[in-house]
Amino acid sequence: MSDTLFMTQRRLKALAKQPWFLFFALVQPIIWLFLFGNLFRRIVELPGFGGGSYLTYLVPGVVVMSAMSSNMWAGMGTLEEIERGTLNRFLVTPVRRGAIINANVIEQALTTTFQSVAIVLLGWAAGAHYPGAHYPGGIVGVLVLLVAAVLLGTVFSAMSNAVGMLVRQRETIIGLNTLLLLPLTFLSTAFMAKELMPGWMRALTGANPVDWALAAGRGALTDSPDWGRVCANGGALLLLAGLAVWLSTRTFRAYQRAV
Amino acid sequence: MSDDVVTAHQLVKTYPKGIRALDGLSVDVRQGEVFALLGPNGAGKSTTIKILTTLARPDSGTVTVAGHDALRRPERVRRLIGVVSQRSGADPVATGRENLVLQGRLYGLRGTDLRRRVGELLDRFDLGGAADRAVSTYSGGMRRRLDVALGLVNRPRVLFLDEPTTGLDPQARSAMWAEIARLSADEELAVLLTTHYLEEADRLAARLSIVDSGRVVVRGTPETLKAELRGDAVHIELRDHTAEPVARAAIARVPGLRDVTLDGRRLSARADDGAAAVPDALAGLDRAGLAVATVTVARPSLDDVYLRHTGRTFAQAEVGAGAEAEARA
Repeated sequence: MSDTLFMTQRRLKALAKQPWFLFFALVQPIIWLFLFGNLFRRIVELPGFGGGSYLTYLVPGVVVMSAMSSNMWAGMGTLEEIERGTLNRFLVTPVRRGAIINANVIEQALTTTFQSVAIVLLGWAAGAHYPGAHYPGGIVGVLVLLVAAVLLGTVFSAMSNAVGMLVRQRETIIGLNTLLLLPLTFLSTAFMAKELMPGWMRALTGANPVDWALAAGRGALTDSPDWGRVCANGGALLLLAGLAVWLSTRTFRAYQRAV
Repeated sequence: MSDDVVTAHQLVKTYPKGIRALDGLSVDVRQGEVFALLGPNGAGKSTTIKILTTLARPDSGTVTVAGHDALRRPERVRRLIGVVSQRSGADPVATGRENLVLQGRLYGLRGTDLRRRVGELLDRFDLGGAADRAVSTYSGGMRRRLDVALGLVNRPRVLFLDEPTTGLDPQARSAMWAEIARLSADEELAVLLTTHYLEEADRLAARLSIVDSGRVVVRGTPETLKAELRGDAVHIELRDHTAEPVARAAIARVPGLRDVTLDGRRLSARADDGAAAVPDALAGLDRAGLAVATVTVARPSLDDVYLRHTGRTFAQAEVGAGAEAEARA
């Protein structure tokens, strides 16, 4: 336990010393929020969208997309720690092996939460309407969205770490991320209602974890949430996150054998 | 032997693609001594260190460190060793003090003990003034001193130094040598260092093993190894490339010269009295029509020991290892 705490502290301190990193973690979502918010403002008038404010629709989309895009780069940090020799320095101390992985997951979860809360607040300031935000149910909806974002972030950071440890090449991570980010975003309901997608796309969204996070998060933010659907999507996401962490732990073991 | 703190026996390690890094290497380090593994790049020194420090496992062989089986009880060994690896490993964003504090915590140090130990080490390695600056602002020498301090936080019984002075400028290197010499004064601490600098092993090590192609070629104190060579090294640089038999025949009958080898244009031999043998050798070469560029007579060095036991000069081995590494990459 205390090992995990120390290792997490180290990572958070490093983060706090790089304020530009937090700055960029916020600038990008702001750009998405206002770019898409204005570009697609009138999209809600299309039949099938169901009316309402597009900004309100967009906020969970940007939260989830940002959770994915910032966590995808986790492997770069891991790679740097391998190359610098920091990981090996820890591995020859009595530190618990699990603590190294735990610290990764916790740090990513905290930054994702920070980023997501900031986006929700920004959206709110700009006029996004969170159904029932005036009564406690609205807070629950926002919390579900945060949890969904963190889980999705965990999936991508764990996978990114696994790839980093396995291939030890920056180019692979960059290539993979560029390849995945936009298709996964647009094959989900991040910016566009499902009803307006072609049939084949609609079918693909069902297999896209990004869309699971949206179904859970946005679903919980509606006036009368379908909790069954929220839980099913959240549960699937939780399982996938667990699987991804397990996989990255396995890769970590393999790394230790291959040192 | 009971006062051995590190005993590794017959280590074999093969990496994927069939690269045999270790081929039956054994090493033993006694309490309180500085022991050096000397060899060219790619000889297997770093692999040995990784195995002894519980990072890697050998395919076969046994390892005992500070009284514990490093293969079965790595967690016990980890408490009793300090490691300074080739790559720094210090967190560049954190300050020197933060690096040391975290390292101490990982070994279970807390509160006043931890603060006192960190302060001690900062003073001892002359990092007090820079303690609260980010490590990324440190010079190469400062970083290396911090690395050694990190390795000593837990008062280890064995300190592993993997090429501690590679990449340092001459001034920082001699400072590091002085530091290692000071460490060796501590009777409780054994130091196992790897190096590809002959001079470094010669100056610091009480005993050393010369490692080549994953095994120990020869072992002993620098003095006995050099004494075995009996006499001076005579090196004659020929002006032109010459076939070995021709060159050999030219000086074969010079009294007092022995162990004649030709390496490129460099003819090497040993003599009890090198200076006395030179005129006869030059005369012999002159008669054979071989022009001489330079002649040097030197007291035996570890380079000569290496040449004698591996059949090639250290510089050659380094070049060879470099080419091999490039071919692999």
